[in-house]
This record gives sequence, C-alpha cells and structure tokens, in this order.
Amino acid sequence: MTAATATPEPAPAPLLALNNVEVVYSDVILVLRGLSLVVPAGKIVALLGANGAGKSTTLKAISGLLKTEDGAITRGEVLYAGQRLNGLDPEAIVRRGVFQVMEGRRIIADMTVIENLRLGAHTRRDREVGDDIERVLGYFPRLRERTGLAGYLSGGEQQMLAIGRALMARPRLILMDEPSMGLSPFLVQEVFAIIRRLNQELGITILLVEQNARMALAAASYGYIMEQGKIVLDGPAAELAGNEDVKEFYLGHGGDRARSFKNLKSFKRRKRWL
Amino acid sequence: MHPCGDFRTSYRADMTIFPTRASAYACVAGVLLLAAVPLVFDIYVLTLLIQIGYYGVAALGLNILVGFTGQISLGHSAFFGFGAFASAWLNNRFGIPVLLAIPLAGLMTAAVGVLFGVPAARIKGLYLAIATLASQFILQDFFARADWFTGGSAGAAAAPVAVGGFAFDTDQRYFYVVLVAVVAMYLGAANLLRTRDGRALVAVRDHYLSAEIMGINLTRYRILSFGISSFYAGVGGALFGHYLGFVSIEGFDILLSIQFLGMIIIGGLGSIMGSIMGTAFLVLLPEVMETAVKALAASGLGQMQAVADGIVYFKEMAIGLAIILFLIFEPDGLAHRWRQTKAYWKLYPFSY
Repeated sequence: MTAATATPEPAPAPLLALNNVEVVYSDVILVLRGLSLVVPAGKIVALLGANGAGKSTTLKAISGLLKTEDGAITRGEVLYAGQRLNGLDPEAIVRRGVFQVMEGRRIIADMTVIENLRLGAHTRRDREVGDDIERVLGYFPRLRERTGLAGYLSGGEQQMLAIGRALMARPRLILMDEPSMGLSPFLVQEVFAIIRRLNQELGITILLVEQNARMALAAASYGYIMEQGKIVLDGPAAELAGNEDVKEFYLGHGGDRARSFKNLKSFKRRKRWL
Repeated sequence: MHPCGDFRTSYRADMTIFPTRASAYACVAGVLLLAAVPLVFDIYVLTLLIQIGYYGVAALGLNILVGFTGQISLGHSAFFGFGAFASAWLNNRFGIPVLLAIPLAGLMTAAVGVLFGVPAARIKGLYLAIATLASQFILQDFFARADWFTGGSAGAAAAPVAVGGFAFDTDQRYFYVVLVAVVAMYLGAANLLRTRDGRALVAVRDHYLSAEIMGINLTRYRILSFGISSFYAGVGGALFGHYLGFVSIEGFDILLSIQFLGMIIIGGLGSIMGSIMGTAFLVLLPEVMETAVKALAASGLGQMQAVADGIVYFKEMAIGLAIILFLIFEPDGLAHRWRQTKAYWKLYPFSY
C-alpha cells in the first residue's frame, strides 16, 4: 500500500482500521479476501469499486450487520478507536458511535419524519433529543415543511432523512452506502454538500461507499479502490482522481483519447493493478 | 373530523392521538353513549357488546404482534385461555380480589408469552407460524393435565367481579367492567405506539435491517411484542372467564386462534381501531346470518329439501366467505374503509 509514503505529514490516529479482514457468507461464499483500510479521525474516506466488489459487505462487516445476513468475519479484525468490533451486536456498535446509512435509504415509510428521527435516537436516553431534532432540521430545511408519512417524501428527501436519522444517534463515524443512488445530479450535489458540512462542522468521520466516483473523490481526502474483495489501489483523493486507470475505469474517460469504436479495444485492456 | 383544506402544519399535530378537539369530544361522547347502552337495550345486545369487548382486547394484542411488529402467532387463543384460568386460579387459590386478579393474570400470561416468543428471536414467517402452533398445542395439553391450575376436565369456577360488597354479577353491571377495561387497554395501545418502544416495534416490522443498524435490539423487541400481545390476550381471557363464571378447558382451540387472526385481518392489520371493528364484525356476522337463515327457513325456499339440508352450514360458510372477500377487496381492512369514508365526506361534494 502507498498509504505510508503518500502522506508526508504524520497521519492522524485512525478512528477505524480494518486489518486483513476476510468475510464469508453462509460458510461457503468468500467475499472479502484480506481487506485492509484505515479511516483517520475527522476525515472523509471514499471506498470505490465495481458492483459486487464487496463494498457493502465491508460496511456491514464494520456495523455488525453480517450476522443477520448469515455472514461472518473469519479472519482479521475491525478496530474502532483501538477496540475490536468483530463479533459485537449491531446495537453495541451503534452505542459506540458507528452508524450506517444504508443503501437505498430504508426509512420507515409508515412513520412521520419526526418519528423517523426519533427512531435514530433509539440508543440515547438523554433529554436533548428534541434539541437535536431542531439541529438536524436545520441541516435539512426542506424536511421541516413535510408533515405526514415519510413514505410520501421524494427520493432526495428520503436520503436526507436517512442521513438526518443517523445524526440523531450522535455518531463519531458514519458509514454511508451510496448516498447518490437514484438521485438527480442536482440533488446529488446537494447531498454531497451536506456530507461535507457534517464533516467540517460536526467533525464526523465518514466512510463513503459510492458508484459516483467523481463526486466521492471530490468530497473525500483519501480514497480506496477495491475489486473482488481486496483493496487494489489507494491514495489521496486528488491523486486517485488523476490516475489514468481510475479515470478510465471509474470516471468514464480514458485520458486524452477520444472515445470511438476504433479504440474500443482499449477498454478491454487488462487493468494494470490486477 | 378535519375540515377540508385545514392541514396539519407542525410535527406535533402529526403525532397527537386526536387530530382535532372535535375528534376528542367525539371519542368521549362515543364512550358515554356506550355507557348508556345498558339503560336502553336488552340482555341480548349487552351480551354481544361484552363479547366484542373481551375478544376486542385480545384481538388488539394480536394486532400489536402481527400488525405492528410483523410477527405471526397461531396460538393466540391458548394465551386467551391461559389468562382466563390464571385469573380464576389467583382468585380461588389465593383469594386475590378479582379486579386485581385480572391484570395479574395478564402479567402471568405475558410471562408465558415471552417464553413461547423466544423462538421468534431466531425464526421468521412460516417457520414462526409453526412454532407458535406448538405453543397452542402445548398450552391446550397443559390445560387438560394441570388439575391444580385449571381443574382439569371439570374446569374452574370464576367468581364475579366485586368491589366492596357490590358484585358486578349481572350483564348490565359487568358491561361497565368490560367497557372500562376496553377503554384503558385501547388507550394504552394508542400511547404505546407513540413511545420509543412503540416506534422500535414498527421499525422491526418495516425494515428489520435498518432497525438493527439504528441500535434496536431485534431479539428483545420481537420477544417483547409477544409479551405485550399475551398480556392483552390474558386480560381479555380473564374478562371472558369472570363473565361466564366458569372456565372450561374446551374452547381455546386453534379455531379461536384463527378467528382472532380473522378479526385483525378484517379490521385492518396495524390499526388500533381496526382491531375492535374487525372483532365487532366477526361477532355480529353469525348473529346476522342466524337471522337471515331463520328468515330463509321460514320462507317458501326453506321447504325445499336441498335448502333445508344445507341451511345449518350457511352460517359457517358465510364467515369463511367474508374473510375471503375481505382479503380480495379490502386487504387493508375495515379501518381503511372507514378512513376513506371520512375522507370522502370531508371533501364532499368533490371527489378529491
């Protein structure tokens, strides 16, 4: 890995570290094959990769959801603030300050916006939940006007609600699974602007899984690219965005070459990192 | 009712039990009107209303389990029966006043429900249905064998409710006991769903994965919902036992369990008001059919041999037919139909 050499200044203490994690579903399907990554405190880190590379599985390995899906970490460890998360229940992991915003939003359609937000504060018993609701609605002003059931919200509003619900738990680390899924380009920008603000203003560390590599690398400070259950490339986000291979396979343009059927062959070129 | 064009503008208004002051008054007026029933109507009507009352409490419990938490139970009538025996036993054996024995029986049933709910922590759907079926048969067998608890095949006597020297031993008097219990239990359920735990139950139903990543302990809430549901079943059963004055080990079979499911499906899964609407429907339907069948038998058609032979089955067939028709045409239940009717009149004469 180039992580050590690429950052000249001493790296901030990692909030989250995955060391050589191997995940197996149903005792037979090997999904993660020794994945390692580091998320420094207070940063946004992007995790990119094709469909089926194991990005969501990585997040589930961290948040403890694997158990529900009959998966297990068979090797390696997940360290959060120096403590092992392997084997803990999702509930215990949420209580430690790690909150996953799932792919496809997954808000509770039969509840109002406020009830959804209160649900996010399920692990908290303090009296400041009401204040936090106000604070969250401050980040998402368009949710403030929406009464009625959350199921009637638009896709973008549901995504905002899902992020707002995460904030209600007062997490230190948010695992975000494809926040841009199914949103218009304009809304994607809005959601990413909010993600940046949360990181800057509240100091929340974010591990961002995305298909929209361009947006993700613009928001993140560091990026990992995974393929078939392993990290194949990593580096500071700006460096990754300039990498020829990343450009070709994730950003959709191969350097200066014009796209035409004539050089279609170049797209079949074997990726250099494999 | 909301006037047309008057929308809720705050989240607070969204979450109140009574959306307008008028609806709160309407609810109070409805209860008062019911309280006046014994002064006006005869025993026949009272009997039916009391039946709707105790079955309604138990059906509400099943609705919390099935409608709100998304679990399934085919053993609800066993818990209903357990509550009836428990209340009689507490009263006969320890001399606990009936009024106190009823909620205590509810708690005992809740404990048993939690025990039988443990499989729910691990299994879902059809498999859970079969596991709860086991609870039905285990409890039924327990009723038959545990002479110390149920009186065995002889059954158990259940004393009437008495406060001081005043016994609620007639239908007119007992009606008020049931009415108070029903109002208390329904208010309890309506409030439960506005609490942290209530929201967790609904989240477990709608998205157990996203519930889990929010720190909701699935196992705990699945089992808790069995406990709450059994508490309601136990209280309903206790009310039933002290009404009849005698609890027999017969009658708490799977048929009744399925009738409970029918009540909440017809009334509306996940609707509090629907629970009592569905109960009323299933209690009153046989009565209506009885009348219809009698009229049919008295008419010329009743003289035909084929009709005369089949007439006794009409009642049962009608109940089955009603459930099928409801599943096809009104899968959201009576509560949904009621909401649509309200919406229609709110906008009248416009369609929308």
